[in-house]
Amino acid sequence: MTSRGDFLRAPAGVEPCDGQAGDCSRCGRIFSERFPLLERQVNGRPLVYLDSAATTQKPGAVIAAEARYYREHNANVHRGMHTLGVEATDLYEACRSRVGRFLGVPGERVVVTRGATSALNLVAGGLGSSLKPGDEIIVTEMEHHANLVPWIELARREGLVLRHLPVTADGELDLERLPQLLTPRTRVVALTHVSNVLGTINPVAEIAAAAHRRGALVVVDAAQSVGHLPFTFAELGADFLVFSAHKAYGPMGLGFLVGGAEALERLQPVEFGGEMIETVTMDSATWAAVPYRFEAGTPNVGAAAAFPAALDTIDEATLQRLRQHEISLTGYALERLERLGGLTIFGPRDAAQRGGLVSFHDPMVHPHDMAQLLDSQGIAVRAGHHCAQPLHRRLGVVATSRASFGMYNSHDDIDALVDGIGYARSVFGA
Amino acid sequence: MNTGMDELYREVILDHHRSPRGREPLPGPADARAEGKNPSCGDELVLELACAGGAITGAHVECHGCAIATASSSILAELVAGRTPEQVRVLAEAFRTAMHSADGVLADDLDPGDLEVLTGVRKFPARVKCALLPWITLLSALDAEGEGKPAAPATTEA
Ligand SMILES: Cc1ncc(COP(=O)(O)O)c(C=O)c1O
Repeated sequence: MTSRGDFLRAPAGVEPCDGQAGDCSRCGRIFSERFPLLERQVNGRPLVYLDSAATTQKPGAVIAAEARYYREHNANVHRGMHTLGVEATDLYEACRSRVGRFLGVPGERVVVTRGATSALNLVAGGLGSSLKPGDEIIVTEMEHHANLVPWIELARREGLVLRHLPVTADGELDLERLPQLLTPRTRVVALTHVSNVLGTINPVAEIAAAAHRRGALVVVDAAQSVGHLPFTFAELGADFLVFSAHKAYGPMGLGFLVGGAEALERLQPVEFGGEMIETVTMDSATWAAVPYRFEAGTPNVGAAAAFPAALDTIDEATLQRLRQHEISLTGYALERLERLGGLTIFGPRDAAQRGGLVSFHDPMVHPHDMAQLLDSQGIAVRAGHHCAQPLHRRLGVVATSRASFGMYNSHDDIDALVDGIGYARSVFGA
Repeated sequence: MNTGMDELYREVILDHHRSPRGREPLPGPADARAEGKNPSCGDELVLELACAGGAITGAHVECHGCAIATASSSILAELVAGRTPEQVRVLAEAFRTAMHSADGVLADDLDPGDLEVLTGVRKFPARVKCALLPWITLLSALDAEGEGKPAAPATTEA
């Protein structure tokens, strides 16, 4: 069983990183001058932002587009007959189509949500009424709480059985266990595309094919992959995919559920109110068509008006180049952190098998202290359990430090990180 | 060090972190026990107290946390021995107040020991929880002891 898909490797003819042909020993930043926040200082030092897995910084074009929406077009969507209402609706719907185009699906199959978390809650809640006590759901041990807790809650409410696909010592999904876990009662397999802690890129297409042979639906949490890895919805072979705009260089408060046509028809709405109905009497209501039936209430139109500018930036750089860049940075980070010695580094060793992040643990310096001391040097990393407590339990640590990369990072940032870790160790006399 | 790091990681704190007190198991069964958690970061702590003749005679802590939480639990272990549960409650309450006040002063008659140094952490709001975790766990252990039932796990979240 192997088929990580050729899309993980650079297609022929794509130059690595900034175009240093052949072996790219150090790469330049991509479009970093377009990210205004990166100019600021933190604690008297130039900011070294290594927390893009939590949220990426935003290009000026995105910030400007959101401001322009509120300055020039602000009105509620789908209800105004007036000019502003029409403009706002056009911008909102243009975002839907743009996301569809980015992932290779028609706009009608893109549901606008508040983020990945609310999209996952929509899928879990929306499938709930079609599941029966004793039905089984498979989740993996490397899920973010956002793709775990909604299923735990659903299982509790509906009497479902939750099964866990474990993680191997190498930080990959234990695919050998999958055939035993998939049973005729398996209804849903929910997994992350890229782990936000291990960086592991999961073979979603392969798992989806196995799940489909059992008639189960496949839900993919693509929060860490959209905007970072080149792929289309169809290539993943999933029934549902969710992600947040803010991790793909877009604004906060906006996310998407992308689904297969049949899968979306099977989903029941979980929020009710304005915008999602067709006709309402005092006692009954009929639902609007997909995707509108899942979009009750006023959405984040300002964010939707801005997100296409983020996708344009990504497309201008090309996902192939962004991917090569992240592989190069991740490979360099793995190498330098390894060479420091004394650190436990989690996840696959091969940078080409991982997303752009590296989590590590220093037995001398607790992750909080590490993050605090790095911050004093202007270096932003995340410390904690990264909303993945079961995985951390499996890794045998309560917390890790995580450095994660975006298009604007360079090898220099990783050098700064390594120096910063040295400084943190010196404070602790290590 | 720079940007206040020397204020956060004072030598006294680093010393408690390097060689934390109260790590030896209690000589007999614990008279009170509680677990504490900081859900936002996953830090965990187990606290056991031995009591005799109306006073706390010893504390045993197991702390899986950062330097601040570890130092705070070490200072706690050092300070509670020989005090009555009531005195310890007053001390815990005074520490909490100090951590949320501008000057962070602890009255001398509380005999606050190294806790005085720990109040410097109040200037780093994100770390106040780390310093308080052992103390809320302590309160939870004392409550349980008073009521003769197992302690509810303490948490830094409201
Ligand atoms: C893998 C993964 N899934 C889901 C989420 C949740 O995203 P959001 O908080 O934007 O809803 C995150 C963000 O931390 C994540 O990394």
